[in-house]
Amino acid sequence: MPTNSQGPALTLPIGKRDHIQGPETAPCSLVEYGDYQCPHCAHALPMVKEVQNKMGKQLKFVFRHFPIASLHEHAQTAAEAAECAGVQGKFWEMHDMLFQNYKTLDDDHLMHFAGHLELDIEKFEQDMENHIGKEHVHEDFTSGVRSGVNGTPTFFINGVRYDGDYDADSIVKALKEAIKAK
Amino acid sequence: MPTTEMMTALQSGTVAPDFTLKSTQDKPVSLHDFRGQPVVLVFFPAAFSPVCSDQLSVYNEILPVFQDFKAAIMAISVDNNWSNKAFAKERNLKFPLLADFEPKGAVARSYGVYLEKDGIAARALFVIDAKGVITWSYVSPTGVNPGAEGILKALEKLTGKGK
Repeated sequence: MPTNSQGPALTLPIGKRDHIQGPETAPCSLVEYGDYQCPHCAHALPMVKEVQNKMGKQLKFVFRHFPIASLHEHAQTAAEAAECAGVQGKFWEMHDMLFQNYKTLDDDHLMHFAGHLELDIEKFEQDMENHIGKEHVHEDFTSGVRSGVNGTPTFFINGVRYDGDYDADSIVKALKEAIKAK
Repeated sequence: MPTTEMMTALQSGTVAPDFTLKSTQDKPVSLHDFRGQPVVLVFFPAAFSPVCSDQLSVYNEILPVFQDFKAAIMAISVDNNWSNKAFAKERNLKFPLLADFEPKGAVARSYGVYLEKDGIAARALFVIDAKGVITWSYVSPTGVNPGAEGILKALEKLTGKGK
């Protein structure tokens, strides 16, 4: 297996623009580039949660959008829906809901999710129509292309692309090694 | 690191070997048809690899970026053209896949990226300039998909265009 130090590096550092879970001062970071309509990303959701549980306060987790629109017709609008929920303080709630329902992401369902999360529906609908999340999604996507994202999901550990196995134990191991290497 | 059973991939400064191959898009494609513009040549092991939105889907998604560089992109595997057509359709790929099928792997061999033991092409990338000379090449470690960042840097260097 290739070692992590050989992978391409994140060109856009983690910053205030990002959606972050975990303490800012955490000794290691995991950045995921994902697509809400991608089955592999959806399956990675519980794995990421397991990694977060195991690492606790030692980890900050960042999610960035990488919608493959030519393959997934709802990926772009779903990403924007997460951003619009984010405006109302519920990015992560929508994020989880989208992955848990990755097979049904048409507009009707997106509205249904917004209702379920008790968002201000009128504002959500207006924000979706005005595509207020579009720029953020595009920035995420472009930063992914420049950083060596090679499909979804792609993970970066402390800014370096992770090319190892996609299971919680392997990722936790790589994160702990990254902390040691600091 | 390239696997040991592979020849060395052609390096920067080498004239790109010409070829004519069956394409998923209408007529056969010849490299010399693209003189006058940069060409991105992508060798990949096989159609229908088990990943969903993989390397080729990423390239497909950023076709407008390649167009900004006036670059053509094409992908080559040893699969037959029917298999490639089905693959391109399923993934909605808008650039040509070329069949290096008969004689099998001849083009991959000429670029030094044929894996003898496995009978497939390596994951290798070439950027070729308007005169048909290779300006950048890269062979991915086994099992790792390259992204687009290396290609874009090579195209920027070639065309003098910044980000």
